[in-house]
Amino acid sequence: MSSRTDILANIRRSLARKPRVTSQSPADRLAALRPGVQPSRGRLPADRRLALFMAEAVRADATAEAVASFADVPGRVAAYLARHNLGAALRVAPLTRRDNIPWSKQPLLTPDFGPPRPEDSVGVGAAFAGVAETGTLVIQSGPESPTRLNVLPPTHIVVLRASAIVGTYEDVWARLRTERASKDGPTMPRTVNWITGPSRTADIEQTLLLGAHGPQRLHILIVNDLKDTVADGGFERG
Amino acid sequence: MESTARSFKENAHHALGDARLTEALARLAHGFPARRRDAAARLPEFDQLRDAARDIKDHVLDNLDVYLDRFEKQVIASGGRVHWCRDAVEARDAILKICQAADARTVTKSKSMIGEEIAINDHLEAHAIVPVETDLGEYIIQLRHEPPSHLIAPAIHLSMDQVADAFRAHHTDLDPARPLVEPRALLDEARTRLRERFLKADVGLTGANMLIAETGSIVIVTNEGNADLTCSLPRVHIALASIEKIVPTLEDAATILRVLARSATGQEISVYTTFVTGPRRADDADGPEEFHVVLLDNGRSALLGSEFHEMLRCIRCGACLNHCPVYGAVGGHAYGWVYSGPMGAVLVPGLIGLPEAQHLPNASTLCGRCESVCPMRIPLPKMLRHWRERQHATHESPAIARAALKVWSFLARHPALYRAVFGLGVSFLASLGRRKGRFRWLPFAGGWTSVRDLPAPEARSFLLQWRQRNPGTRT
Ligand code: SF4
Repeated sequence: MSSRTDILANIRRSLARKPRVTSQSPADRLAALRPGVQPSRGRLPADRRLALFMAEAVRADATAEAVASFADVPGRVAAYLARHNLGAALRVAPLTRRDNIPWSKQPLLTPDFGPPRPEDSVGVGAAFAGVAETGTLVIQSGPESPTRLNVLPPTHIVVLRASAIVGTYEDVWARLRTERASKDGPTMPRTVNWITGPSRTADIEQTLLLGAHGPQRLHILIVNDLKDTVADGGFERG
Repeated sequence: MESTARSFKENAHHALGDARLTEALARLAHGFPARRRDAAARLPEFDQLRDAARDIKDHVLDNLDVYLDRFEKQVIASGGRVHWCRDAVEARDAILKICQAADARTVTKSKSMIGEEIAINDHLEAHAIVPVETDLGEYIIQLRHEPPSHLIAPAIHLSMDQVADAFRAHHTDLDPARPLVEPRALLDEARTRLRERFLKADVGLTGANMLIAETGSIVIVTNEGNADLTCSLPRVHIALASIEKIVPTLEDAATILRVLARSATGQEISVYTTFVTGPRRADDADGPEEFHVVLLDNGRSALLGSEFHEMLRCIRCGACLNHCPVYGAVGGHAYGWVYSGPMGAVLVPGLIGLPEAQHLPNASTLCGRCESVCPMRIPLPKMLRHWRERQHATHESPAIARAALKVWSFLARHPALYRAVFGLGVSFLASLGRRKGRFRWLPFAGGWTSVRDLPAPEARSFLLQWRQRNPGTRT
């Protein structure tokens, strides 16, 4: 007997010894995709979601600032690098090109859209969403979004649209299912990365240190596009 | 991993005399419980989420065969493979075969308790493949050839100078003049070494906190980011998981994630929560070409439907360890196998057999703190009692305890004799300990009195006092 058959047979035999404690069928549960208990603190209108997102991200040791438009991004990035004495070389996810960030406005910055390299010191990526309940960034892998950009460079800067800040994790799944729907149903990207604050460890005598393997600094630039979006951001599950 | 659970008593005795360990455990007792309490207090829905998390796993366990089958279908549909393994031997071989097919020389690893369970590192080494642990704590204990002593803080038992010694012993080109007396210096040293290993690895081996049946995704949670480097840089990604890690949907994963980090470290959520579905897509910028899930049973299907069924809800958060007075006194290594603390005391006899793990169900005061903090509401004390009952039924409890219980049960059936014997004993003990109200030493109780005092009893037994205060009631 194959191990697969054997394991499944053992499971069925064992389960037969005991009455079921739940009544729903797996098929129903998979079809319903029902959200569970969602923290009330995430159920907010769009502008307050932005404020909560920023507060929670900062609690998790990230830094965050809101900017008025994508045109402001290069200036803010340059200022951030200067504040932290970092060089002007940037490894930028090609995905950010959709936002038409005018990098040439800061001639000192040298953005490079090629594949991330181990020696890169600053990575700039684009978030698919932000989650207000815990200040979590959601980044998808893809042709223009290399996953290693999230963890290789010691400084990670992420550009996030305020309209992409949702209240809860469940809102992320709803949006992801809608946007990635195909004729065979939704398809997950290879990775969906939830990132909440910079990398850390407490493995040495319980001392909290930032920058374990991933970045020591996580800076979030939130482009406030709320005035351009309809009513309540449009990403909340109805 | 080889078990030393049989020697729990000696291990514990040894641990109690280890001053550095005691200091480390005191740090743990001051940190985790308070942080968990604060995180729970910050989320009004926390207890409701615990109920919901419990219900999710109850539903999964009721239908485990259906969900595993669905998970496998989705993994295949996204371009990955599932390897079903009955036991440690099969899982080791499955992993070795994948590594050999990839011509692997180095395998980077992110923390996996299942990896410890099947002792995968020894197996790879025996076949000339170098496994490199990348979680900082795991890396340290790998250098020291030790097992983890805590579910989420594997090197919790070590002091900074022990870590520095391990680095000096293994990083032979390390400048002897370079000071390693700050945690940051130690982290920098490890980060640099491990960066090189990450970049050269052929295969990345990770654990999985959950498997999602809906999408065929695996969920990996870390604070360091090491799992992301492990599963993104090498050409092959292997995820190692046990069969009970399934949840039905992405929504269900979200519910469990809300209680996991809060219970474990008191964070709102861990820094990196990564959902991996299959290998890289044809046009992806990066990612491994192969994705394998090694699915391990190793005794779990036999626990289903038994009185230990509910143990399979465990999400390995470590809260029960952090709140356990026995774990807090002896640490994880005393338990002698992969899992320790209350969850280990229940799970280990189920996985390696009661005779080998006979002392573990007794390594508990049944104080109930573990159950009160368990995010999955697992009735740990009840299950410890089940093991004790089984032990008694199968004559595996110590002869002296069995004899004492026999005497007690005889006396209990003969009330007059009971009163006479215990009344005598109580007044005798009370007269011995009268001056201070406690004993520093008692005949036959050296195991207790060598590390703590025993309070001396009242001069009159409870029964006697009861009758004197409530004349006329039957006792
Ligand atoms: S038994 Fe409960 S508290 Fe202990 S590790 Fe498992 S889930 Fe956490």
